Amino acid sequence: MPENFFILFKQELWLTAILFILLISKLKDKQPAATSLLTGINILLLLNFLSGFFFNAEGSLFGKMFVTNHLHVFEKNILNLAALLISLQSTKWLENHEHIIEFYVLMISSLLGMFFMISAANVLMLYVGLELSTIPLAAVANFDLKRKTSGEAAMKLIISSAFSSAILLLGISFIYGCTGSLDFADINNLLHKEPLHAAAFLLFFVGLLFKVSAVPFHLWTADVYEGSPVAVTSFLSVASKAAAVFALLNVLNKMAQPLSSIWHDALIWISLLTIIVGNLFALRQQNIKRLLAFSSVSQVGFLLLAASANSSLGNAAIIYFILIYVFSNLAAFGVIALVSAVKQKETLTDYHAFYTNNKFLSWCLSIALFSLAGVPPTAGFFGKLFLLMSASQGITFTVLTIAALNMVVSMYYYLRVVRTLFANNENECLEAIEVPITAKIALVICVAGILLTGVLSGAYNYIITLQ
Amino acid sequence: MLLSSLVILPLLTVLAVAFCKELQQIRVVAFIGTLLQLALVAYIYTAYQSQSITQSNFLLERDCEWFPLLNIHYHVGVDGISMAMIILTAIIVIAGVLVSWKIKELSKEFFILLLLLSAGAYGFFISLDVFTLFFFLEVAVIPKFLLITIWGSGKKEYSAMKLALMLMTGSALIFVGLMGLYYTAHSFDLQTISKTLLNPEAQKIIFPFLFIGFGFFAALFPFHTWVPDGHSSAPTAASMFLAGISMKLGGYGCLRVATYLLPYAAQYYSPYIIALAAIAILYGAFATMMQTDLKYINAYSSVSHCGFVLLGIGMLTQTAITGAVMQMVSHGLITALFFAAIGMLYERTHTRQVKELGGLLKVMPFISTVFIIAGLCSLGLPGLSGFAAEVTVFVGSWQRTETAYRIATIVSCASIVVTAVYILRATGSSILGAVKNEHFLSLKDATWNEKLAALLLLIGIIVIGIMPYVLQNAITAPVVDIMNHLNANK
Repeated sequence: MPENFFILFKQELWLTAILFILLISKLKDKQPAATSLLTGINILLLLNFLSGFFFNAEGSLFGKMFVTNHLHVFEKNILNLAALLISLQSTKWLENHEHIIEFYVLMISSLLGMFFMISAANVLMLYVGLELSTIPLAAVANFDLKRKTSGEAAMKLIISSAFSSAILLLGISFIYGCTGSLDFADINNLLHKEPLHAAAFLLFFVGLLFKVSAVPFHLWTADVYEGSPVAVTSFLSVASKAAAVFALLNVLNKMAQPLSSIWHDALIWISLLTIIVGNLFALRQQNIKRLLAFSSVSQVGFLLLAASANSSLGNAAIIYFILIYVFSNLAAFGVIALVSAVKQKETLTDYHAFYTNNKFLSWCLSIALFSLAGVPPTAGFFGKLFLLMSASQGITFTVLTIAALNMVVSMYYYLRVVRTLFANNENECLEAIEVPITAKIALVICVAGILLTGVLSGAYNYIITLQ
Repeated sequence: MLLSSLVILPLLTVLAVAFCKELQQIRVVAFIGTLLQLALVAYIYTAYQSQSITQSNFLLERDCEWFPLLNIHYHVGVDGISMAMIILTAIIVIAGVLVSWKIKELSKEFFILLLLLSAGAYGFFISLDVFTLFFFLEVAVIPKFLLITIWGSGKKEYSAMKLALMLMTGSALIFVGLMGLYYTAHSFDLQTISKTLLNPEAQKIIFPFLFIGFGFFAALFPFHTWVPDGHSSAPTAASMFLAGISMKLGGYGCLRVATYLLPYAAQYYSPYIIALAAIAILYGAFATMMQTDLKYINAYSSVSHCGFVLLGIGMLTQTAITGAVMQMVSHGLITALFFAAIGMLYERTHTRQVKELGGLLKVMPFISTVFIIAGLCSLGLPGLSGFAAEVTVFVGSWQRTETAYRIATIVSCASIVVTAVYILRATGSSILGAVKNEHFLSLKDATWNEKLAALLLLIGIIVIGIMPYVLQNAITAPVVDIMNHLNANK
C-alpha cells in the first residue's frame, strides 16, 4: 500500500465510510425519526463535499488502474455537490418514505461507482465503475413503490443499460484482442487506424454514448426520467450524465488519440443529431419532467460538440458547463420535486399562473430555465458560448450556425414554461407551497451558483489552472 | 469605474425596489433611481466634454481581464456616438418610469424588469469588447419578453414569443459572426480588431452574419416582422423602450461592429443593404397606411423610419452616417413620445382604433397636443428633430452618384409623402373633429407624471430640431474615424 493511499483514495473512502454508517444504523433495532435521520445524512454529505477541498494530491493506485489528480478531484467535487443538493431537495419526499436508508445506500453506491469511472486509467476499472454506478440507480428508480410507471422506468433503465454494457464489453474484448492490453496509455500507443481497431473502438464508444444518451441511443431517457421519482430523475440527469461525460472525455483524451480523426467527425454528426432531435422532441412535451429529459439530451449534444474539438480549451469548457448544468438543472428539478411531492402534479398545465402564489419558486425555476437556455447574465450563457467557442476551432461555419440556431429552438420550449408560470388569469392555479428549509438552502445555493459562476470568471479560470 | 456605474446603478436600484413594500414606495424609488441615472449621465457627459477637447478617440476607458485565456475583456469607453445613445437611454428610461406610474398589478416586477433593460442598454452602448457587447445585447432580450407576456395587451403571448425568438435568432447569427471574427483576428477587442487587416474573403463571409444579426434588432427587411406585433402588444413603457432604444441597439451594432470592423465587406455588400433599406422604408410606409390601430401605425412607421438608419449606414458617406446616427437619436425620442401619447389615450378611452376616437383635442388638450407634435415630427416638419436627421441622411445619400443609389435615395425621399398621408389622416380623425363618444367628455387630461415624461422627450426633440449642430459636432469625430477606416480598406 503506497504511503499516500489515504490521501489519494480519500474521496472514495469517505463514501465507503458513509455507506458503513448507514448500514450499521439500519441494523439497529430502534430507528431514529425520519427528520433527524435526514439531517444526519445531510451533514455527512456536507462533510464529504467539504473534504474534497483539502489535502489533495496526484498519483496512481492499484498498479496504475486508478489515477487521481486535481482535475479528477474537482470533477468528483462537482458530483458530491450534486448529491448533496439532491439530498437537500428531496427531504420532503423522503420524510414520508419508509426506506430512507436504502435510498441513500443505493445512491451513494452509485456515486462511488462514478468516482471509479472518473479515476479509471484501465478499461476494466472503467467498466466496473460504470456497472456500480448504474445497477443501484435501477433499484432507486423503482422507489415510488406504489406507482407502476416507477417500476416500468426501473425495468427500462436496467435493460437498456445491460444492453449498452454488453456492447461496451464486446468493444473492450475487441480492444484487448487488438492491443493485448487494458491500460489506457498502452492502448493509446498500440491503436492504429485499422478497420478492426476502429471497429473495436467504435463498439466501446457506442457503449459510452448510450450512457450519456446521445442520439440515436437516447430512447430510454424520456421514459425513465418520467417514471422515476424526481430525486432519482435529477440524479440521473445530472450526476450520472456528468460522470459518463467525464469518463468519455478521459477515454477520448487518454486512450483514443490515434483514432482522433475518426471520432472527431463522428462526434460532430452525433452531436448535431443529438441537439436537433432532443430539441424537436422537447418542443411539444406536456410533462415537465419529460421536457427536461429531452432538453438534457440536447444539452449533451452541445457537450459532445466541444468534445470533438479535442483540445484543452474544449475540455475546460465541458467541465465548466457541467458545473453550471448541475446548478441549473438542480434548481429546476428542486422546484419540480417540491411541487411533485406536495401536489403530485407534473404536467405543464398544473403550473399555470404558478407565480400568483409561489413567487420564490417561480423565480428559481425561471432563472434555472434561462440558464439552461443560455441567456445572460446567467452562467448558462457563458457555459454554452464557451462550448461553441472551443468547438468552432474544428467545425465549419455551417455546423456552428446550425448549433447556434438550435439554441433559439430550445429557447422556445424553455420560454413556454416561463410563460405558463407568469400567465395571469387566476381562475385556477396551485395554492402556495410551503418550502422546507433544506430545499430552500439547496435552491438558494443553485440560484447563487447560476448567477455568480458566470459573471465572476473565477470558476472558469480555476478550471483552466487545473489542467 | 465611472462608466461601469452606469450598469451598477440600475442594478442597485433593482435591489432597492426589490425590498420595497408599498406601491408608492416602489414608484418613488424607481423614479429616484432613474433620476440618478440621468444625473450620472450628465456628469459623464461633462467628464467626456472636458477630455474630448484634447483627444478624439474613446474616452473614460476601463479595461480589465474577464476570461484571460479566451482573451475576453471587460472593456468600456465612450465616444460621441455612444455618448448620444446613452443620453437617449437615460431620457427614455425616466419617461418610461413616469408613464408607468399607474401600473398596479405586479408593479414591483414591472419596474425591476424596466431597470434591468436599461442596465443592458447602457452596457451595450459603452462596450468596447465585442463579447461584452454581445453579453449586454442578450441581457436586454428576456426582460422584454417578460414585460410583454405579463403586462401586455391583445395577443401578447404570441407577440412576446415571436419577439424573443426573432431577437434570439439575430443573436445567434451575431454569435456565429463573432466567432468568425475571433478566429480571424484572435481578439474580441474593438480597437484591436479595427487595427488588424482582415482577409477580404473572410470579411465577406462574416459580414452577413453580423449585419443580418444586428439587422434583426434594427428591423431590417425582411426580418422586421416582430416589430409590429411586439410594439403593439407591449405595455406603454415597454413599447417606448423597444422602439426607442432596443431597435437602436441593432443600428448601433450594424455601424459599430459590422461596418466598422469589416470595412471591405461593408463596401462590397453596400448595394444589398441599400436595396433592403429602401424596401423597408417604402414597405413600412405603405403598410402603415393600411393600419387602423394607433399602436400598429406607430410600429409600422418605426420600420419605415429605422430604414433610414440602415440606408444612412449603407450609403457609407460621412454625411449619410452622421444622418443615420442622428436619425437613431431622433427616432428614439419621437417614437417614445408617440407611444407615450398613445398609451395615455388608450388608458383613458380604452381603444386604440382610429375610427372610434375623435375630437380628443377638446377633452384632453395636453395629450392631444403632444400627439400632434409627435406626428408632425415623425413626418419631418422643419424645426423638429425628424427633419434635421432625415435631411442629413438624404443629403448624404445624394452624394453617391451611381444610378442604383440615386434610385434608392429618390424612392426613400418619396416615402415622406406617404408618411404625411398616414400621419395627417390618423391625427385628423382621432384628435380633431367632433367628439365621437359621449363617454370621452368625462375624461381627464394628463397628470403631472405624464406631463413631465412628455416634456422631457419634447425638449430633446426640439433641441435637436433647432440646434442639430450640437449633436452633429459631438458625433463628427467618431464618424470621421469610421470613414477613414472605410477609405483605407477599399
